[in-house]
Amino acid sequence: MAEVKMFGAWGSPFSKRVEMGLKLKGVEYEYIEEDLNNKSSLLLNYNPVHKKVPVLVHNGKPIAESLIILEYIDEAWEGPDILPKDPYERANARFWAKFIDEKCMPPMWKACWSIGEERAKAKEEASEALKFLENEINGQKFFGGDTIGLVDIAANFIGYWFRIAEEIVGLELMTQDKYPNLCKWAEEYCKCSFVKENLPPKDKLADIFKGIIQAQSAPK
Amino acid sequence: MADELVLLDVHVSMFGMRVRIALAEKGIEYEYREENLANKSTLLLETNPVHKKIPVLIHNGKPICESLIIVEYIDEVWKDKSPLLPSDPYQRAKARFWADFVDKKVLFFFCSCFCLSVFVKKKIWRTKGEELEAAKKELIDALELLEGELGDKPYFNGDNFGFPDLAIITFYSWFHTYETCANFSIEKHCPKLIKWAKRCMERESVSKSLADPVTVYEFVLMLKKKYGH
Repeated sequence: MAEVKMFGAWGSPFSKRVEMGLKLKGVEYEYIEEDLNNKSSLLLNYNPVHKKVPVLVHNGKPIAESLIILEYIDEAWEGPDILPKDPYERANARFWAKFIDEKCMPPMWKACWSIGEERAKAKEEASEALKFLENEINGQKFFGGDTIGLVDIAANFIGYWFRIAEEIVGLELMTQDKYPNLCKWAEEYCKCSFVKENLPPKDKLADIFKGIIQAQSAPK
Repeated sequence: MADELVLLDVHVSMFGMRVRIALAEKGIEYEYREENLANKSTLLLETNPVHKKIPVLIHNGKPICESLIIVEYIDEVWKDKSPLLPSDPYQRAKARFWADFVDKKVLFFFCSCFCLSVFVKKKIWRTKGEELEAAKKELIDALELLEGELGDKPYFNGDNFGFPDLAIITFYSWFHTYETCANFSIEKHCPKLIKWAKRCMERESVSKSLADPVTVYEFVLMLKKKYGH
């Protein structure tokens, strides 16, 4: 019998991406919550290179890096497509997923937790990056078209985590007037029952974010 | 209708080389266009407005960007000739993992060591002695990890040359530059990696696609001079 295990962290968007992928395909799996401040020896054995979550273990074989895991899930199991079938559209999906990881998430996250000039710079960078996504979604329901696909799954941070953090820190980056398409996408995305099941509770996340602010402003 | 393929590239780019190897492995004809990164063509800016970088493969007018994404595209479109990725999903995931590792770890250190602001956003140009040593150590650690992963296999892909080999081998053309600039020997730390590299170089697709190491070094010297080094 196939054995599927997943090492994750409840608050991690990367971890939730993998869970979304597994649930999309209807794969049963054992979930193992990792304490990121005290990583298990199992995790470190399965991912010695990066030592991070998420890690998917299928029949004893580990796969790491969320986007790579999602492609694996798409190939290993039948069910709704995570990536499109057409090679050009697949390349496009991969491009935007990578773009989100490399060009959107880092400055967006930095903009939340930095101050002064550093925040202004990160905000500028994030704004530019989001403009491209705004054009790409272009009135479609999802990046994947009518149904959720790789890019939508990859954009979970933008659709959910970031909106919560942004509100708490008073950032005003992904605003309705500047990014109407993206905001509409985020609304649809979070309303979608399938996505809702794979998001951490808002209040728990908010507590974490408020904790970060407190730690930052604590006397050193 | 014959396929129309144009590759926007720079001869010394390890990313461009990956695409060249893939096209050569599949025996695909294409038009090569050398870009001047200090004066990018309109075509490049139009086909890659997001990153404005090479390589860009334009297939019947449709652009594909990012070297590993281009290579997978080539492998999927020309799937009946010389497959680059294995067919087993787990082996494919492993192949993608190591290609991704190289991009994440090795490139950054190469660039920060040698201040290649042409390939990376214009960050610090000069690294001080200590920073260079630290970056060198990180690079060696990463290469030793690769050496460990290779083990006694003839290729990262197993018995046959494939996607992860293609992704990693192109950095080999830059080894001479790094060794010279930072005064160390990669072979001393990673003898198996060097043996593997020479094995890959026996393939015509690789030897014809990689830039000559001396050309790469001269290119870097030219950059250093140009940017007032």
